[in-house]
Amino acid sequence: MKGNEALAEAVIRSGCRFYGGYPITPQNEILEYISWRMPEVGGAFVQAESELAAINMVLGAASAGARALTSSSGPGYSLFQEGISYLVAGDIPAVIIDVARFGSGIGEISQGQCDYKLVTRGNGHGDSHLLVLAPCSVQESVDLMMQAFPLAEKYRHPVILLSDAAIGQMVEPVNLPEPQTVDINRDAWTVKGCKGQDESKKITNVFYYMDDYNSYLRDKYQKMQEEEQRWESIMTEDAQLILVAYGISARVCKEAVRMAREKGVRLGLIRPISIFPYPGKAFKNIPDSCKALMTVEMSITGQMAEDVRLAVNCRYPVYTYGTGIKVPGSSDVVRYASDIIEGKIDKEVF
Amino acid sequence: MGKVVLHTQRCKGCYLCIRECPKKAIRKSGINNKKGYEVIEVDGQLCVACGTCYVVCPDYVLEIHREETT
Amino acid sequence: MVIKAPDRITYTDGHSFCPGCGHGTAIRLIGEVLQELKLEEDSIIVLDVACGGMPIDVWRYDTIEAAHGRPVPTAVGVKMVRPDQPVLAYLGDGAAYSIGLAETIHSARRNDNIVVIVLNNCVFGMTGGQMSPTTLQGQVTTSSPNGKNMESGGATLDVVKLLSSMDIAYLARGAICDAANIRKAKKYIKKAMEKQLNQEGFSLVELLSPCPTNWKMTPSRCADHIKEHVTSIFPVGEFIGKEGEQV
Repeated sequence: MKGNEALAEAVIRSGCRFYGGYPITPQNEILEYISWRMPEVGGAFVQAESELAAINMVLGAASAGARALTSSSGPGYSLFQEGISYLVAGDIPAVIIDVARFGSGIGEISQGQCDYKLVTRGNGHGDSHLLVLAPCSVQESVDLMMQAFPLAEKYRHPVILLSDAAIGQMVEPVNLPEPQTVDINRDAWTVKGCKGQDESKKITNVFYYMDDYNSYLRDKYQKMQEEEQRWESIMTEDAQLILVAYGISARVCKEAVRMAREKGVRLGLIRPISIFPYPGKAFKNIPDSCKALMTVEMSITGQMAEDVRLAVNCRYPVYTYGTGIKVPGSSDVVRYASDIIEGKIDKEVF
Repeated sequence: MGKVVLHTQRCKGCYLCIRECPKKAIRKSGINNKKGYEVIEVDGQLCVACGTCYVVCPDYVLEIHREETT
Repeated sequence: MVIKAPDRITYTDGHSFCPGCGHGTAIRLIGEVLQELKLEEDSIIVLDVACGGMPIDVWRYDTIEAAHGRPVPTAVGVKMVRPDQPVLAYLGDGAAYSIGLAETIHSARRNDNIVVIVLNNCVFGMTGGQMSPTTLQGQVTTSSPNGKNMESGGATLDVVKLLSSMDIAYLARGAICDAANIRKAKKYIKKAMEKQLNQEGFSLVELLSPCPTNWKMTPSRCADHIKEHVTSIFPVGEFIGKEGEQV
């Protein structure tokens, strides 16, 4: 199946029963697919007037008890910021898909990985951080989608699935999971009418109801740090240099590791699957053989390098092979990594 | 007829009730509530419990108790 | 017989609106309508922020406080999930007609089966009385100190007029200025809720409301001002869906 369509089917199978969205390339297949598929399962689809409206419809639908989702790409994701901040403030679980494209402004509709800071650091005003999952294949898009709502509900917090144009447009075989359904009345906190109750439910984004909001929010993020770090490590045990890449770039890096090893260059790979919380645990046992780390990402400035530096506590140099709009080539990755090992590269980041 | 029960602790002294009362039965009382507003009082002789004050009061100060007519 | 504000509203010792503010009356009217239609325990209400968000502390209906200007799409999300339950959005003119105008118009375009109550006091109240799109020409506000005019603030926007050509269930404008108009306003709200129960679609009821603090007038003077001036610019009445009981 095509990545976006497989993901859209997973949205339905994950029990999502409300989707509001606005067209933007390269994620239109998700909106289009859900427009006919959602009514088949008795859910609601709205093509919203804007991303602002869409994210706030999601807020309403999730507050009313449904698994609710919206999707967009960079420029539209920027417009979600306001609503995301309110989702965080209101402790409202929801899932947002960003099929990333390239560039600031209108940019390009082709693949990109330059929403990294937006999804890990952005997400509106306040101390808003979202749990962010970044698949690197069509199958993983589906698998992570199936985990997204349970995670959102575990933390009563919005979750982002960060795909990109390449994964969204590629066609791969995929195993689809069994469909899930949830009862919209399952949670006590959702608005559903106050029959038989003296008090009513209030979904608010002000904090004077809570004695210690600071601790509440810190504890929530702390628990995510402890329980939700996800990654894949490949041949890091004896690596001279460890590549760090997520999403589409990580696929390239897997090939680069294989190619390099054939030439006798010992590369390894850490592939973050959760990018917030960042999988710092993956960097705890870096071998003595390792001289440096190198992020491979389709951003211009190496947006993830900062997280890697923090993860290694600046004990190793962290380089970036940032290709911007181009999908990195595995042989180019090997060449650049070899140059770093041989001391030929001065600048760590652009 | 009937009577008006006052929750003057809610009164904010807007006096829209005084303005709208068709019987001129409401006036300032000279008494301040905890919030510091001079609250209203109702002249039971003049009041016909028509409920106009209830309708215009933004602060739910007035409750109208009407006797059932048979 | 006792006439008093619904129990689900008055549970606090008064609310924190300014003296003479129209919000207190408006939310009581909503409460009375829900009580009379026996919808108190089924309804879900979506509020804006600022003054219009304060009812969340005053009443006991299931309530969401949405982002500024977004109660309408939020209410749409709720209604899509719970189509059999009454959903009402309550917001000010800044929210519905300025930052959230697109959301208001598009909800009307879809004829979403919700009720939208807009409290129009011609200013941004909570933030200190800056001009809004409904500020009258010549009106002095904290951001139009010399009086709003075309050069420094643009025209005065009548959204009820704008919506009057659309295919929606109900459209009316009332005024919170005296007992007769307040009683009428309540009938408009009730009619709008009945339209929703009948699955007829989108209803909007605008309530012209005093803001004594920011208009810098006594509550009594505000009432005169609405009657004499504001209603001449924003006429009251029913504009769509007036069939049935004459209000």
